[in-house]
Amino acid sequence: MTTYYSKDHEWVAVEGDTATIGITDYAQSQLGDVVFLELPDVGKTLAKGDEAAVVESVKAASEVYAAISGDVSEANDALADEPAKVNEDPEGAAWFIKMTIANKSELDELMDEVAYKAFLETL
Amino acid sequence: MGMNSQGRLSTPAETAAVAEHKTFTGNKALQIEEPLIFEIGRNEVTGVDIDVPLDFKPRLGSHRRKQPIDPPGLSEPEAMRHYVRLSQKNCAIDMGLYPLGSCTMKHNPRLNEKMARLPGFADVHPLQPLFTVSGAVELIAELGKWLLVTTGMASVAMSPKAGAHGELCGMMSIKVALTARGETRTKVLVPESAHGTNPATAALLGYKVVTIPAREDGTVDPASVRELLDDQVAAIMLTNPNTCGLFERDIKEIADAVHEAGAYFYCDGANFNAIVGKVKPGELGVDAMHINLHKTFSTPHGGGGPGAGPVVLSEKLAPFAPVPYVRFEGDTAEFVETRAKAKEHGDTPFGRMTAFHGQMGMFIRALSFMLSHGCDGLKQASEDAVLNANYIRASLQDLMSLPFGKRPNMHEVLFDDSFLKDTGVTTLDFAKAMIDEGYHPMTMYFPLVIHGALLIEPTESESLASLDLFVATLRDLVMSAKRGETERFTGAPYHSPRRRLDETAAARKPILKWVRPEPATAEATE
Repeated sequence: MTTYYSKDHEWVAVEGDTATIGITDYAQSQLGDVVFLELPDVGKTLAKGDEAAVVESVKAASEVYAAISGDVSEANDALADEPAKVNEDPEGAAWFIKMTIANKSELDELMDEVAYKAFLETL
Repeated sequence: MGMNSQGRLSTPAETAAVAEHKTFTGNKALQIEEPLIFEIGRNEVTGVDIDVPLDFKPRLGSHRRKQPIDPPGLSEPEAMRHYVRLSQKNCAIDMGLYPLGSCTMKHNPRLNEKMARLPGFADVHPLQPLFTVSGAVELIAELGKWLLVTTGMASVAMSPKAGAHGELCGMMSIKVALTARGETRTKVLVPESAHGTNPATAALLGYKVVTIPAREDGTVDPASVRELLDDQVAAIMLTNPNTCGLFERDIKEIADAVHEAGAYFYCDGANFNAIVGKVKPGELGVDAMHINLHKTFSTPHGGGGPGAGPVVLSEKLAPFAPVPYVRFEGDTAEFVETRAKAKEHGDTPFGRMTAFHGQMGMFIRALSFMLSHGCDGLKQASEDAVLNANYIRASLQDLMSLPFGKRPNMHEVLFDDSFLKDTGVTTLDFAKAMIDEGYHPMTMYFPLVIHGALLIEPTESESLASLDLFVATLRDLVMSAKRGETERFTGAPYHSPRRRLDETAAARKPILKWVRPEPATAEATE
C-alpha cells in the first residue's frame, strides 16, 4: 500500500485499484473540532477536483475536493455519528471514502510522505 | 486605613478574599443566576385572567391535543424580571463599544424611537384601507426617495426584510431580466472575501458559484474577473468597500467588463456606511444593491430589530422590481399593489417578496436618522466612521499585524493573527479575553481569506475617549500575550456569567428541547 498526499491536505492510500481517502492530521488541526460531515453517496462518479465531501468544524465549513477521479465504492458512514473521530484518528479509522481509481496516472501529480512533510514546512 | 465620618471603614478590608466568597443563592450581587422560564414557571398558575369557556364543543376531532400544552405560568413581575435579568447578561450597543466588523453596530438614536412611537405610525395596521394611512405610505415613499438620492439609482424595492432577503430580491430581478431577454445563464461570480450570504443567495437561485481569487492587496483584480466572464455569467456579487475594509478601486472597470459580457452587477451594500454622501453606487455601474437600514441608517439590530433591507435597482432592472411600490404621477402618490396594476404602467414585476409593505417601524427610524442628520450630516457620519477605523489602525499597527501593509482602510480595519505567533494565544482566546475587559469581541475568523482574522468596525458613534480606552485595552492585551501571560487568554472569560462554553459539545449534541423532569415518585423519596 502506498500513500499519497495532496496540497489540499488529503491522503490517498492506494491498494490495487482502490484508493482510501481522508484528510491529514494537519488538516484536522487547522479545522479544529469537527462537528459535522457530509459524505458522497456510494456509486457517485467524481472527477478530480470535484467536491467530494463537506467537513464542518466549530470554526468553519470546508469542502473536500476529490484528489483523483473515480467512483465512490464505500463511504465511512460511521463518521456521521462520531465526527470527533476525524480529530482523533484522521489518517486511520476516520477515512472518508473508498474509490475505484479511474486513472492511475493522476497519482503522479500527488506528493509522497516526504514531499508532503516538506510542503507543510513551507506553510 | 480610611474611615468615613461615621467611623466606618471606607476601604474594604479583605479585597482578596472577595473573589473566593460564595453566596447562598449563587448570585453575585446584581449578577443573578437565572433559571429557564420553564423551571421558574408552574403549570397550575397563570398571570393572565382568562375565563374558562363553559359551553364549547371541540371541533378538532382527531387533531385535538392529547397532552396538556404545559406552558410555564408566571405572574407579570416574575415574567418581567426573568427577561430583564436575561437581558443584563447580554451585550448591547447601549452598554458599550461593539466593534463587530461588517455589522456597523452604531448607536440607535433615541429620536428614532420617539418618532416610531408616534400613535399615527405605531398604531397603523397593514390591512387598514389605504386612504386611512396615507401618511405612512408617504413616509415609505419619502424614505425610498432618500435611498435613491444617496445611491444614485433609478428604483427601489422597500419590502425585503433584511440584508440577505434584499440580496435575494436583487438577484431575482437580475434573473427575471435575463429571462426577459430570452437568456438562461448559469453562473454567478463571487470574490473569496465575500459575505457568506452572497454565494448562498446565488446558490438558492440555482446558480453555480464561481470564486474570484483575491489580489495580493486584498482587492479584486479586473483581469481575474475578465478571465472568468463568459456568456454563462449572470452577475457578479461584489461588496464595496470589501470585507477587508478596502475600497475596490477598480470597481468601474469591473462593472464595465461585467456589462460588456451582458451580465449584471450586484453590489452588497452591507458596508455602505463607509461611503454615504461620498460615492453614489449608481455612478459606479451598480445594477442592484441592498441597503441594511439596521446598519447604515441606525435602526436596531437583533433584539430590538427586526432588520430591513430595501433594494435599489438600476434603470435596466427597475421594470422588474417587486410589488408593492409607491408610484408618483407628479405630486400624487399611488400605491401599486398588484402585478396587473403594475402592467398598466408598463412594469413587469417579478412578483412579491413579502405579504405586506416591509418593516414599517424600521422605515420610520431610518428616515428619522436621515432627516435629523441631513445630507451634510450623513456625509460627516461616513467620514467619521472611516476616521475612527483609521485611528484604531494607526494606534495599533505597531503591535498588531496588518495583512495588507500599513495603508489607510475604510470603515473597518482588518488584522491577521501573525502578531500572536508563538504566544500560544489564538484569535479566539484573544477575543474571549476582551469579554473580561467588558468589550464585545470584534468579528473573528472572517473574512476567510485572512488567517485568524480580527475585523474591527468602531462606527462613527464612538468618541475619542472611547476609542482611546479601547486601543489602550487592546494594547494591554497584546503586550500581555507577548509577555507569555497565556492563562489570561486560554482561560478567558473569567468574569462573564458563564465561563467558556463547549462549542463542540453544543454542535455535536445540541439540546434543543426542554423536558419537564419526572416528579420524584414516593418510592424514590423514601
